[in-house]
Amino acid sequence: MNDAFEIRGGELHIEVHKFRAGAIILASAFALVLQAFLPIYFPKAAILDLPLLITIYFGLSRRNPSTGLLLGMAIGIFQDSLSGPTVPLGLYGIAKTVIGYLASSIGARLDTEHPAARFALTAAFFGVHQGLIALTRRLLLSQPEPWFTVHLGVAALVNAVVAVFLFMLLDRLRKPS
Amino acid sequence: MVGIPSRHRSLFLLGGVVLLQVLLLAVQIKRDSQGRLIRVWTVGAVSPFERAGAHGVSHIRDTWNHYFALQNTSRENEQLKRENGALKLEITQLQSKASEADRLASLLKFRQTNVDVPMVAARVIGGSADSASQTIYLDRGERDGIRRNMGVITPDGVVGKVIESYKDTAQVLLLTDKDSGVGAMLLDSRVQKPVGGTGESLLIMKYISNEDTSVNPGDRIVTSGMDRIFPPDLPVGTIADIKPGNTFKQIRVRPAASLERLEEVFVLLTMKPLELKHDAAAPNSATPAAASPSAAATNPALPEKP
Repeated sequence: MNDAFEIRGGELHIEVHKFRAGAIILASAFALVLQAFLPIYFPKAAILDLPLLITIYFGLSRRNPSTGLLLGMAIGIFQDSLSGPTVPLGLYGIAKTVIGYLASSIGARLDTEHPAARFALTAAFFGVHQGLIALTRRLLLSQPEPWFTVHLGVAALVNAVVAVFLFMLLDRLRKPS
Repeated sequence: MVGIPSRHRSLFLLGGVVLLQVLLLAVQIKRDSQGRLIRVWTVGAVSPFERAGAHGVSHIRDTWNHYFALQNTSRENEQLKRENGALKLEITQLQSKASEADRLASLLKFRQTNVDVPMVAARVIGGSADSASQTIYLDRGERDGIRRNMGVITPDGVVGKVIESYKDTAQVLLLTDKDSGVGAMLLDSRVQKPVGGTGESLLIMKYISNEDTSVNPGDRIVTSGMDRIFPPDLPVGTIADIKPGNTFKQIRVRPAASLERLEEVFVLLTMKPLELKHDAAAPNSATPAAASPSAAATNPALPEKP
């Protein structure tokens, strides 16, 4: 892993962050475990999508679309595996693959270090993620899935808020530039 | 990723990864009525090509069979023509055999009707070597008791008489020969006059004077028995037409027997009267036994050339 370096695209200077060894894997695994573990004791915690937040964070930070989509795919597939029988393998995988790609692509063009940007991007990605889930369920599974509900709107906001703080914690895993 | 621009690599990778997961989903998803989604997709994707392929193959096969595979068709056609010809020949043979069977049945019936009359059934095996004489050859001869001057008949009527008898063959002079003749009489009027051949298909009845008005076309003529060859009342023929002559009428007679299509005949070994189921002998004729004496008494005409 190299130290952080800069992408020089015109006048914009955006850092590509590197993380400590195993940080991405451990963070992803921890998020998956928490996602499966927390709702048992805190049902309200089901509103969180920690694997999505991890995908968004590392996508925005790594700013490499290929690694971002592969990470999203891996996290999504594992989330599918840990989900119930009504969730086939690939449902979250597809959505998080696209989110990983989008986050990496956007992260390479925008400065996503500011909390407000992270909040907005996370809320937007949550909506896109939910849209992809609904699309997949409707097209492939023939299951009725709403495109948007108030609950989903609240969930987007809650996840965005949590993402601001979570991303700050995850920033500590970065290698110092 | 050789050949893909670097800025598009991640996009292609995204497409590939998403596609793989879609396929992964399709493998898992099972729809109630149509089975797994991957199967539904696969069938849906492949079936148009299969349908098009099947249609194309059918079209090609039809085209081939109807336009290009004509060599076999031509060969098959020739074979069918040969078979058709053979079948036609077989049908002709069967029809001939059926006709022969009918004739033989008729002969057998005739023979059974006159079982007490000695006669020999014979098959016509040949004809005259020249057109001037009307003769046939039979497959029976002296060994079968056939002698010269024996009468030859069919169930239809008089055919002629035996003029030569060999060991196993006999030659018969037909009624239509110019030298042939038979003692005959008009069935209705019982007038006895000889009937002879002319060398043509019709016979001629002789010595009926121009003043005689009892003879009319359509009158039936039977044997009189006076020639000592044929028993009386055998059908000879029917008057076809009558023309006045110098002294006698020219009366032409159509033979009762089909002399031009003879195949089986009977050779009479006796003068015993026969029972013929022929319209010429039916309604107005007396029984042969009754007719014969009266005819013999009134008209002892003999054939001109026995």
